[in-house]
Amino acid sequence: MTTFLRSEFFHNYTRSSSAIIGSALMAFFVLAVLVGPFLVAQNPYDIASLNLMDSYKPPVWVAGGDAQFPLGTDGQGRDVWASILYGARISLFIGVVAMVASCTIGTVLGLIAGFYGGIADSIIMRIADIQLSFPSILIALFLMSAVGTGVDKVLIALTAVGWVVYARTVRGSTLSEIEKEYVQAAKVAGLPNHKIIRKHVLPNVLTPLIVIATIQVGTFVLIEASLSFLGVGVPITQPSLGLLIKNGFDVLFSGLWWTSVFPGVAIMMLVFGINLFGDFLRDELNPRLK
Amino acid sequence: MRDDSKTPLLAVRDLHTYFHTFAGTVKAVNGVSFEIGQGEVMGLVGESGGGKSVVGFSILGLIDSPGRIEAGEILLHGQDLVTAGEARLREIRGREISMVFQDPMTSLNPLHSVGRQMDEVLRLHSDLDAGARQKACVEMLESVGISRAAERLKAYPHQFSGGMRQRVVIAIAMLAGPRLIIADEPTTALDVTIQSQILKLMRRQIAETGASMILITHDLAVVSEMADHITVLYCGNVVERGRTRDLIANPAHPYTRGLIDSIPDTTHRQDRLRQIPGSVPDIRNLPRGCNFRDRCPRAQTLCAEQEPALTQQHGSLWAACHFPLAPGETA
Amino acid sequence: MTEAAPMLDVRDLQMHFPVGGGLLDRLRLDRSGLHLDRPTVHAVNGVSFSIDHGEIMALVGESGCGKSTVAKTIARIYTPTGGQIRIEGEDVAGYGFAEMLPVRAKMQMIFQDPYASLNPRQKVRDIVAEPLLEQTSTPQARREVPAQIEALLARVGLNAEHAGRYPHQFSGGQRQRIGIARALSVRPGLIVADEPVSALDVSIQAQILNLMKDLRDEFGLAYLFISHDLSVVHHIADKVGVMYLGFMVETAPRDVLFARPRHPYTRALLSAAPSIKEDRSTEEIVLSGEVPSALDLPSGCCFRTRCPFAWERCARERPALQDVGDGQTLACHLVDEPERDSTWQ
Repeated sequence: MTTFLRSEFFHNYTRSSSAIIGSALMAFFVLAVLVGPFLVAQNPYDIASLNLMDSYKPPVWVAGGDAQFPLGTDGQGRDVWASILYGARISLFIGVVAMVASCTIGTVLGLIAGFYGGIADSIIMRIADIQLSFPSILIALFLMSAVGTGVDKVLIALTAVGWVVYARTVRGSTLSEIEKEYVQAAKVAGLPNHKIIRKHVLPNVLTPLIVIATIQVGTFVLIEASLSFLGVGVPITQPSLGLLIKNGFDVLFSGLWWTSVFPGVAIMMLVFGINLFGDFLRDELNPRLK
Repeated sequence: MRDDSKTPLLAVRDLHTYFHTFAGTVKAVNGVSFEIGQGEVMGLVGESGGGKSVVGFSILGLIDSPGRIEAGEILLHGQDLVTAGEARLREIRGREISMVFQDPMTSLNPLHSVGRQMDEVLRLHSDLDAGARQKACVEMLESVGISRAAERLKAYPHQFSGGMRQRVVIAIAMLAGPRLIIADEPTTALDVTIQSQILKLMRRQIAETGASMILITHDLAVVSEMADHITVLYCGNVVERGRTRDLIANPAHPYTRGLIDSIPDTTHRQDRLRQIPGSVPDIRNLPRGCNFRDRCPRAQTLCAEQEPALTQQHGSLWAACHFPLAPGETA
Repeated sequence: MTEAAPMLDVRDLQMHFPVGGGLLDRLRLDRSGLHLDRPTVHAVNGVSFSIDHGEIMALVGESGCGKSTVAKTIARIYTPTGGQIRIEGEDVAGYGFAEMLPVRAKMQMIFQDPYASLNPRQKVRDIVAEPLLEQTSTPQARREVPAQIEALLARVGLNAEHAGRYPHQFSGGQRQRIGIARALSVRPGLIVADEPVSALDVSIQAQILNLMKDLRDEFGLAYLFISHDLSVVHHIADKVGVMYLGFMVETAPRDVLFARPRHPYTRALLSAAPSIKEDRSTEEIVLSGEVPSALDLPSGCCFRTRCPFAWERCARERPALQDVGDGQTLACHLVDEPERDSTWQ
């Protein structure tokens, strides 16, 4: 730990305000997701705890606001602040799990394509090319309408669009790694291919993925929000931030802006934080900028 | 300093160029002085980490952050380049001082034809009209041994082989009639038969134009065939300098002796090479006293206490050593 | 394994690489219609030589002459297109992965680039143990590996404390020592060394050359030593092969080759090498032009496009390597018509 605190990475981190702001926003959301639900009195998905009498209360600083509901309430008397904490939990869960799945599948396919080449390479990379020629939201929409809605279906759709970027990156790095003499040395040492991939290629192609993975969580949160907004995302019983916006959107123009705007601000801050930190990582981990 | 009544073409005095990195200050050049007269070839020799390339970049004013020239003077015709502004430096680069690098691809733009890149130099540094510039380019390409020059002007760098590309780079470097050429490992990337072609070409160009050259290289054999004087760098310091023949035949500094003895001799059988033990110390953390003492067979307690200064030795040699070698003495 | 068989015997080795690119890149349209190009790099075109136990053979030549490809094909990083590679009499040219494994205990390799040849994410002890671990199967033998690694590191001039460090903490010369320890770990009889000192500073180069010579004497190693540097070759080799454009043009014992080079290319190579000695014994042969492309070999003799003595026979007929006495072999038509060259000895 002390070596980390003395490292150049940490030194540059403390001097980069965008990195600090980005990681602070990320830390805020992670904390909110982990402990937030214990801090609010109301569980917005427990029908018993809702009271229709509290519906459409404005934020606390607007006339008619209630200190019990700092950011106001929605049509069912649900606390918007509590909804955001619970919603961010679902949004971030979907983003992170889909990222891990995309990264795993994409890395494995990229390693196979790069290391073995030939037919496997052609098939994997042509599928990737075709997929890249469609907007990812379109592919996700199409898949969702085919397999139906639900958190698991959203995860499948996001993974289906997300693996390509890893596969392409890993394939490219693999091609340059296997030309290196230490991979040839491993061949001369008599290592079988699977060991060469695991010990020599994989550890050396992972660094660029850290940046992609970080930024992709933000992208996935946005895609999921779009899907939910379009009504093909998560079910109403597990509302993500995107679904909160959609629910509030119906009454947005009748002056009841807070139900939609606050979840929107939350998404924006989350994705903004992820991108700021991702950019810092990109600068730090890119050997060419050193 | 040498006792020259007339001012030399280039005089570098007590140059210090440091790089301030996170891991510490790299004193890449730490008090280097030398002079080059008109028409002379000086070899700047040393191993990696010796600071020889940084000297070249410092002269051209091409030291970028985190690097900085901390102290010293670089006098071209008596004018200090360290304090000269960027505008003046830009004027000097290409016209009065030009550079030839190890990898020709780093100095040629892959997107422009060779003719356009040559024309650019002349547009910047001469008042010739388009026709005269074209003629000058063709003549220059021919003089570096490229046949069908008028045709080849339209070609792009990748259409030339490695040796031909280095000829193009030399043609561009010679184009504005510079007084000084800094050649940084100009033949290291080339095969030996091509290297000998390029060295011949450079020698001829220098003889014809009367330009001076700083030849930066790790290869003592190349430098001994090309240079009039040699300056040997170790850890950013000049450890020895003098006329080529004196320095190769009877070096006074044990490091120079070690370098020469490390080269296998093709004229007689040796069972083992006389090697310099150890490796170059971490330049961020140099020992007190003489930088070479940990690897030096002659080192004594004085070497750890006091940094040796350049003093006059036998012949034309100056060496920074407390216990220099006499002529014919082995380390 | 017969005692009489040489450590390495290479017969008519060929290595041709198809030039990359998918189907679409290779389609070509001309007057006679659509063609599928199959360009091939003729990297090695029938090279033969042999190395005895404890002998050092050097292959010299300029970039693109195929010397590194010969090394990597013999080490079976590549599978040869044709020819035989006999290790102690056993032809391994067509061996698959499993058959190669026991052969790898007899033959190891040292690489050129001390930075690229060590995995930056492995500790030194894991790097050095890698070939050895593939050869040890019993848990008991595996337990002895760490002690063996420590002994190896000590032998190449590193110490036990270095074993736990990563490659980036070492200088170029030390890294090359690690690479040598890795090759030695399985106690091979043959080490293929591909330009092992050309990336090193001259003072470090001398250390590594001395170490390699000592190890040869100590373990009776044979080396196939690839280099472009004639002074290094002169120092270390017992015999030398000169390659040009994938062909062997001359082979000879070291002293014969340096005293009496006969092929015009060998003479050009020797005379072009810069030297710190003032006196030049050899008369200089200056070559014009550059090496032709291995995609499209010249007819006849591979060297004729740059040879100052070439005549029409050289374009018509490819000269074969023939014995000219003193252990020297030569692929040049001048052997038959020496009057064409006044400097012929």
